[in-house]
Amino acid sequence: MNLLNLFLAYVQIGALSFGGGYAAMPLIQAQVIDKYGWMTIADFTDLVTIAEMTPGPIAVNSATFVGNQVAGIPGALVATFGCILPSCIFVTFLAWLYTRYHNFCILQGILMSLRPAVVSMILTAGITILTSAFFYSGQTDIAFSNLNLRAIFFFLVALYLLRRKHLDPIKVMVLCGVGELASRLVLAAF
Amino acid sequence: MNTDKIKKLFISTLYLSTFTFGGGYVIITLLKKKFVDELHWIDEEEILDLVAIAQSSPGPIAVNGSIVIGYKIAGIPGIISATLGAIIPPFVILSVVSLFYQAFKTNFVIQALLAGMKSGVGAVIISVVYDMACGVAGTRDFVLIGIMVLGFIANYCLHINVIYIILAVATVGAVRTAIHEATRKRVHA
Repeated sequence: MNLLNLFLAYVQIGALSFGGGYAAMPLIQAQVIDKYGWMTIADFTDLVTIAEMTPGPIAVNSATFVGNQVAGIPGALVATFGCILPSCIFVTFLAWLYTRYHNFCILQGILMSLRPAVVSMILTAGITILTSAFFYSGQTDIAFSNLNLRAIFFFLVALYLLRRKHLDPIKVMVLCGVGELASRLVLAAF
Repeated sequence: MNTDKIKKLFISTLYLSTFTFGGGYVIITLLKKKFVDELHWIDEEEILDLVAIAQSSPGPIAVNGSIVIGYKIAGIPGIISATLGAIIPPFVILSVVSLFYQAFKTNFVIQALLAGMKSGVGAVIISVVYDMACGVAGTRDFVLIGIMVLGFIANYCLHINVIYIILAVATVGAVRTAIHEATRKRVHA
């Protein structure tokens, strides 16, 4: 049953994530956290972090990871296959259509309208990740006393490095990680 | 001859997929460099349309790019070898990570690194969203800006499932393009 659910969840993620990369994130969140409860928001945030740090598309990374966590290697195979199956069908069909007619105007129109929707959905997923980073207890207790000031500081530094210094995103993330490790070591020493 | 091409296709996508960080758009550029500029298996003009197909289709862009290039070079066997090459590296890496995740998570050093990187990921996402939102606002197309604002309200405030949002917006896009095409044809007629 889990295998079938994994397959169906990832077919939907593969079929509906227009725009690549981050566009898959809200869909993964909707299926994996909200619908099936295979992961907590904290694990999902770790997953997005790991996916950013490793090569490969976020959707495929998450399929392999979630599949493994839910049902071992068979789960990973089923989820990954489900994730790329819609691409295989859709892209092959379009490539075939293109070699015949050289026109795919309606599809580009659809894509143009989807882009703003994708932006707002990525923002929602981003806010979820930020609340999980900024509050010690995640989503459950959003109160000022729970605020993790160091995380907010690193967030602002990261934003500055990305926007003003145009530093590579992976380097920015590693710096934040090392910064947090260093401050925890210093705090532990005293 | 053909098996050689298929083998080369598999090895190229496997290699690119292992060493490319930074998402779909980066890997598309590298695929183009390999198959257009280096091997000359696809011509310059055709690749632009193939890339457009890969980017307009749902699913991971790196996978879509491998599919169009595989299809163009060797048909269905080409698709299979290029796609396998593209997904084997992330599959192996994430399987290993997943195996050690429980042990990883409780490790002091890993925990601190992941916690710090969370802030970094958040900043990267906010930065990407900002650029994308500026792109949308820059079109000065009020329908598109409206979709962005309403999409956020529907998703964040009203918790409407993203699948319904995507389907609704895709319908709006299709209708809009169809109307646009129809009026354009009438003007030309």
